Amino acid sequence: MMSTLRNVALWLERRLHLTKLWGQTAGHPVPSSTGSWFYTFGSMTLTCFCIQILTGIFLAMSYVPSAAESYHSLELLNYSIPLGWVLRGIHFWGSTLMVIVMMLHMTQVFLWGAYKYPRELTWMSGCVLLFVTLGLAFSGQVMRFDSDAYWGVGIGASVAGRIPIIGEALVHILLGGPIIATDALSRFFSLHVFILPGALLAFVSLHLRLVLGKGINEQPKPGVLVKRATYDKHYSEIIKREGVPFVPAAINKDIVANGVLILVIVGLALFVGPNGPGTPANPTIEIADAKPDTPFLWLFALAALLPNGSEPILFFVFPTVASLLLFLLPFITNEGEKHWRRRPVAVAIVVLSYLGIGMLTYEAITGPWSPHMDAWSGLPIKAEYVKERTPVELQGAVVFQEMQCRNCHAIAGEGGHRGPDLTRVATRMTNPQLVRQVIQGGGNMPAYGRNLSPEQVRALVAYLCSLHPANVPPAREAVGVLKPIGESQPTPSPTPGKEVTSNQ
Amino acid sequence: MASDDPHEDSAHEMPKYDYSATRRDFMLKLGIGINAIAGALVGIPIIGFFVSSIVKANQPTWVSLGSIDQFPENTTRMAVFLNPYRTQADGATANVPCWVKRENGETFTVFAINCAHLGCPVRWFEQSKLFLCPCHGGAYYEDGSRAAGPPPRGLFVYEHKIEKGELNIKAGLLPTLANPA
Repeated sequence: MMSTLRNVALWLERRLHLTKLWGQTAGHPVPSSTGSWFYTFGSMTLTCFCIQILTGIFLAMSYVPSAAESYHSLELLNYSIPLGWVLRGIHFWGSTLMVIVMMLHMTQVFLWGAYKYPRELTWMSGCVLLFVTLGLAFSGQVMRFDSDAYWGVGIGASVAGRIPIIGEALVHILLGGPIIATDALSRFFSLHVFILPGALLAFVSLHLRLVLGKGINEQPKPGVLVKRATYDKHYSEIIKREGVPFVPAAINKDIVANGVLILVIVGLALFVGPNGPGTPANPTIEIADAKPDTPFLWLFALAALLPNGSEPILFFVFPTVASLLLFLLPFITNEGEKHWRRRPVAVAIVVLSYLGIGMLTYEAITGPWSPHMDAWSGLPIKAEYVKERTPVELQGAVVFQEMQCRNCHAIAGEGGHRGPDLTRVATRMTNPQLVRQVIQGGGNMPAYGRNLSPEQVRALVAYLCSLHPANVPPAREAVGVLKPIGESQPTPSPTPGKEVTSNQ
Repeated sequence: MASDDPHEDSAHEMPKYDYSATRRDFMLKLGIGINAIAGALVGIPIIGFFVSSIVKANQPTWVSLGSIDQFPENTTRMAVFLNPYRTQADGATANVPCWVKRENGETFTVFAINCAHLGCPVRWFEQSKLFLCPCHGGAYYEDGSRAAGPPPRGLFVYEHKIEKGELNIKAGLLPTLANPA
């Protein structure tokens, strides 16, 4: 029995040369020190990609890439097809975690100096993989084809439309037609299911071939510098000294990490579930917001927070320069120190990038720049902000609510956050200043002069002047006496602690 | 283990090849030529299909929004029209909304729903007479001019005309800065 098995194995070996292939791939020698938790993120990214391919294939069996049908087919997957919701959940969380572990992989490679000589091309192919993965994440969001996806494509088209000269052509190529409709969905479907996964496979092959050919980066030691002239010899000495076959000697932690990763993805799919679809993609449905998926939230926040007119920099200059810097990094610092302890600039870049992206993502989740579209009609106003007010002030409170001021201005933290919170506005602005601000607008506030009667302005400002804590006096004019329109000058109380009502 | 394999090490050893062998050389060149033509014949329809959305770009065309009587004077209302270039698979996305502002008599302005900043749908607020965008907080006055926020210009305006008591607009393209309605 054993000898028969041995003969079959030998027969196969003579034809497939598996021993040689094994030695060149799974069993290739790596420095023993690379069997580290920090070296597991690359294989985790690959695992995510495999999960995406596997679940994607089966999702494609039910998904219909048509604007009229896609939503329904996702509902079927969610509610009718057995375990369809789990499959969608795994695909969604697999994609989210793929972006996250890829970022961690990239951070580790950057901090360990692994992109330096002779692994420049490994880093560059990794950059391509990053862009392709982000492309997959964006086009995957479009597959949901709900309201967020629909307007997300609209944002993509609007960004493309800002490019000079070729903008219009780009919009039409992107949408595959004159408006966002089924042709746009089909284009993104081809991108998501054929073009980008194909590109990813090709570049993963290149990436892995380079990893095998140039070896896994040794654990850097502070003070040991990379030199083009001596590194190859240095690396082969490391392999001679502490080389072990990747399988089975250095893969242990990868196996543990990947097992945990898959459990986390499936756990999230089971307990949090798939994402959407949300409101159907019907442009006639009024929406409160349209946000992209997590990997793009920070860009969404940048689009809102940068000063007006800086969009060309955000959309074109910033991505071009950032991609070029990322891509050409191995040529900017090709030699020298690898260890992060001796590379303060590298550490600062990582910390600042994570802080920046993290804060922008938080901002995008809270979205303080978006008007709260239903605040004027839907939010209650607390008793303390209306009690003991004069009839004129109460009328002003009605104007405040009815004129949708609250969509942008919160009172007691409730309402929009586009403009300043007005809970204590009387402590910082005087009656004439408020009148001017309401009528003329400015500082990113529309002018209401045409839409409010003088009586409404008077009542509104009277109400705003009552918005200050009992123990803080309202603001006073610094110089002279300015009269608000049509009214006698209010006399703000100089004594703290007394409730003040102006315009009596 | 594989040391008895006769192909193991000698597999790539071969006699020196004479590259000037004219017959083979001719065949090689012929082969490249034929495949270049064949490649072009496959490539032209592929590229042609891909860029057809630009080459044959649909131009805006007149679409009716219905009788002008449904728009009371001095109001701004949403109107929905069917995309003139819709296909069966478009479903609900064939519906295109727009904001119709009627001043008095036959003075109309028809605004695209898409914010000039990044294309999100603006909503009309009758009381404050503002269009507000939910994405990045763009705001427009009732005449469509920019009031606040990041939009670089006012709302996109559709060309319109009144024929036989019906309001018609020239539409069919997604309004963007590259192609403002």
